[in-house]
Amino acid sequence: MSSDIWVLAEYAGGRPRKITYELLGKASTLAQEAGGQVVALALGSGIADAAQDLAAHGAEVVRVADDPLLAQYTTDAYAAVIEPVLSVEEPFLLMIGSTAMGRDLAPRLAARLGAGIVTDCAAVEVADGAVVATRPVMTRKAIARVAFRGDGIRIAVVLPNIFAPPRPDPSRAAEVLPISVTLDPAAIRTQVLEVKAIARETLPLTEADIIVSGGRGLRGPEHFALLKELAQALGAAVGSSRPPVDSGWVPHDYEIGQTGKTVNPQLYIACGISGAPQHLAGMSGSRTIVAINKDPQAPIFSIASYGVVGDLFVVVPLLAEEVRRLRGASHG
Amino acid sequence: MDVAVCVKHVPDTEAAIRIRADGHGIDESGLPFVMNYYDEHGVEEALRIKERLGGTVTLLTAGPVRAALALRSGLAMGADAAVHVEDPALEGADHLGVAKALAAAISAQHYDLILCGKLATDDNAAIVGPALAEFLGLPQATAVTKLELGDGAATVHREVEGAIEVLRVALPAVITVERSINEPRYPSLPGIMKAKRTPLTTKTLGDLGLPPGEVGMAAARVEVLDLSPPPQRRAGRILQGEPPEMVKELVRLLHEEAKVL
Repeated sequence: MSSDIWVLAEYAGGRPRKITYELLGKASTLAQEAGGQVVALALGSGIADAAQDLAAHGAEVVRVADDPLLAQYTTDAYAAVIEPVLSVEEPFLLMIGSTAMGRDLAPRLAARLGAGIVTDCAAVEVADGAVVATRPVMTRKAIARVAFRGDGIRIAVVLPNIFAPPRPDPSRAAEVLPISVTLDPAAIRTQVLEVKAIARETLPLTEADIIVSGGRGLRGPEHFALLKELAQALGAAVGSSRPPVDSGWVPHDYEIGQTGKTVNPQLYIACGISGAPQHLAGMSGSRTIVAINKDPQAPIFSIASYGVVGDLFVVVPLLAEEVRRLRGASHG
Repeated sequence: MDVAVCVKHVPDTEAAIRIRADGHGIDESGLPFVMNYYDEHGVEEALRIKERLGGTVTLLTAGPVRAALALRSGLAMGADAAVHVEDPALEGADHLGVAKALAAAISAQHYDLILCGKLATDDNAAIVGPALAEFLGLPQATAVTKLELGDGAATVHREVEGAIEVLRVALPAVITVERSINEPRYPSLPGIMKAKRTPLTTKTLGDLGLPPGEVGMAAARVEVLDLSPPPQRRAGRILQGEPPEMVKELVRLLHEEAKVL
């Protein structure tokens, strides 16, 4: 087994997702403790330029698998390419982002390799050769510390927006080692028929630094326009609690909470959200929480960093205006 | 179309939990347990497939004695049969161990499709579905929001970051489902009566030809060291004044104090 810390890079529209940088930053710290190198693993098609960018963010070695059959993620193709490389190189730890791709691929790889796997990691520490991960469980009613045991590869699937991405240093270079790809198309048993982009002006919720979220208090789908206006001023993504989804005001992919997404933004602005445990399970890890609600007894105020008791239909437009003023002043 | 659905018996997400004094697990006394609700969506999807295309719905669980209640719930919804893998050696197994046990129980019979919830709400791991697919040598699709069957394949929708991915998956396959895939039915009274009479098939690891050392604690590659309560968030400041003043003060605090703007 090596002492190297590996990171699976993930691409979206030809660019690495933010989580890739976050993991490279964390890997640099862990590699020092483990006494190994930071190795990035990049799969895709036409990604010859990937290495420089990964190196700038901390990769010392970049393993590149470049093949038309890797242009879109499929479980079978990605697992078939990655498994033999891991078997030979035996990294100390492989970190994968907790994304739609990472959650699909990591358990499959772990089962194939007999690797230890911990998902939803909010912290990963190396001490005296042991690796311990911390993760929320029981709908965030408890935090579990999980240790890897035994010999062999360890896989940590890490939540986005936990670790700060490192500042890129373009002067850094990495050793680039290509992975030879010999994929049999017939062995890829899933076929991506279509990827329908969801019309969104903003980042995916799980990657956003700021989220503006609406609940039952919005009273109807048309009022999400208010949140979008505020989100635009902030450069934020728009989400919701469960009732707007159940009422059909917004699609399921907006939902934050136990039955939706878990988010960890710097700033979470809850508008007309009462703060049911089911919602808190998905957002209470946010650094700063603002609650805007006309009911002073709403449970959301008990976890909010700043509370505004008031009518969101008045407060939200004022807030958008004030943010634009601030942004205009600091940028102008 | 013969469909298998894997289910898990988990604490009701509405219930408060008590962490044991030594931090090792939760106190289960008096804690209400239910079928993991993502699995309810799996059972519902299987029943709808049976209603359209005929065939059978078989439930499987690997867990302690009480987990039989999750099987009873699924039978009450309308499933035909249920298999309970129950063995003391499963205590301390990791997710790969559980997936191995389920894979052994599933491979005893032919299924065209295996459904799982996208995750279980107790440990939130989302590992067993894809691991099961690997151990069965089958293709997979995870977190599926729509499922259509035809020509020996499933066409599914998955939510990915900022897009819906439409996949064609060759059958048999393991598919894990999101809650938006359907609205689970409530068990009917005749269903509940029938569920009480339906015998459960109970299997030990030995019955499945699995040495406990390959599945249980000894083989586990991960171990939960302890649980602790989450850091308490203290209520912050409630702003005072008329809306324009409150908003001005809020933006100032976000900019100068929280430094998030």
